[in-house]
Amino acid sequence: MTMTMPIEPSAIEGKVVLDHVIPSRAPWSGVVKKGQILRIVDLEGNQSGDCILYNAANPEERYSAAQTMVAQKNIFLALGTNLMSNEGNVMMVVTADTLGRHDTIGGACSCESNTLRYGHHTKHQHACTENFLYELGQHVMGKRDMTSNINWFMNVPVEADGTLGIVDGISAPGKYVDLLAEMDTLVVISNCPQINNPCNGFNPTPLRVIVTEPRG
Amino acid sequence: MSTDPHVSTPLKARDHARAQASTVVRAMPTIPASTAKDLPAGVTAQDVVWDETLDAGDYCARILKAGTRLRLTNLEGDACANLLAYNADRPIERINVADTIKVQWNAYLGKGKLILSDMGRVLLSIIEDTCGNHDTICGPSTEKSNARKFGHGENYSPYPNARDRFLLGLLKFGLGKKDIAPNINLFKGVRVGEGGGLQFIPRSSKPGDYVELRAEMNVLIVVANTPHVLDPRTKYTCTPVRLTAYRGPATAQDDPIRVATPESARAFQNTDDYFLS
Repeated sequence: MTMTMPIEPSAIEGKVVLDHVIPSRAPWSGVVKKGQILRIVDLEGNQSGDCILYNAANPEERYSAAQTMVAQKNIFLALGTNLMSNEGNVMMVVTADTLGRHDTIGGACSCESNTLRYGHHTKHQHACTENFLYELGQHVMGKRDMTSNINWFMNVPVEADGTLGIVDGISAPGKYVDLLAEMDTLVVISNCPQINNPCNGFNPTPLRVIVTEPRG
Repeated sequence: MSTDPHVSTPLKARDHARAQASTVVRAMPTIPASTAKDLPAGVTAQDVVWDETLDAGDYCARILKAGTRLRLTNLEGDACANLLAYNADRPIERINVADTIKVQWNAYLGKGKLILSDMGRVLLSIIEDTCGNHDTICGPSTEKSNARKFGHGENYSPYPNARDRFLLGLLKFGLGKKDIAPNINLFKGVRVGEGGGLQFIPRSSKPGDYVELRAEMNVLIVVANTPHVLDPRTKYTCTPVRLTAYRGPATAQDDPIRVATPESARAFQNTDDYFLS
């Protein structure tokens, strides 16, 4: 990777085994091995990174938003959050978070839900579910493997009467999260292409993923 | 070696088996369904297509034809109905809890709300709800979560978990683990507090509370009745839930739930559109 980034790899501890910029609107997937750390960087700010995790050895075990929220009795993901699987195992741990709050109830945008939220004119716009399906297809997986997801850098408050919505982001250029893998984890990311709500500031931008291995 | 003289030969065993058949327990199906008693006001016996009571830990999976109403009654007030729903004709289309709350701009379910599929269509409408406390966030209990509370959580244990009950229901329709989507839990409420904290509502419901769902397409539903994952009680506590389904008219174009919001109108339009071709 030769592009200039707000954060240089030298700022990262450990040996860099992967450093990749996910272009605007694009999907990405990769296996983060147990003990490795995945850093996801919001390069230009207010860019939602939709994310699903699978046990690389047995993808029927996958991220569960419900179990993650139940384990910490809180809907927001932050420093220290254990990202739980449907089997009740810790998949990854949030070991650094320069933002402070991420969403996991808002789901992933889809062509179909866009028609409900914004109107039928949005049917053929890019959407995270398309990205997820495409990327799962590269791993001999498919729609049955769609499940709950994380929205890194996305802001979904819930008010006292239950009112919720994707609102203006609280992220900024260079904000990042570090995820320590507790198992070999297939991470699938959709760099959210949504242009009808504030989750990307109405302007999708790149994300950067860096995988490091602790030295020694 | 058994010494029971009542079952020492095949014919004695047959008679012994046959003699059990009139047993009545509180959690069982009513067969035929048209003999069900204590029906909702206005429902005639001939319209009843399914009547079954689930005790603590029980589950069922069943297809509801479009237009069918399903009333879930919290008979003694302490049930927790874990619910999954699929397009019965094409079960790759299934409940999407995130879309359900995001599209309706609210995390809580109640009368007038829709349960949406992942294809932008309506699976079920909530046409009645006397309870008002339900959960869209916490998902099912699991073997591990039950084991932490009750000592055991295996499906074969006295404390079966919702996720395993879902799996069994799905397996009977050729589906499997991958098809256990995020679900909803009826009659046990969870609220999101300041800062995102989750608060379980201990007394969410009262005896006789009911939720009535209207199938907006042919829907496969899987229901388990197991203690909510955030229910702090260490005794496996879940009172019976009765499921009664009956035929009803198709949803009218001017149905109040259909026309309630622009989002609901489009969800019904998409459902209508699906049936056109």
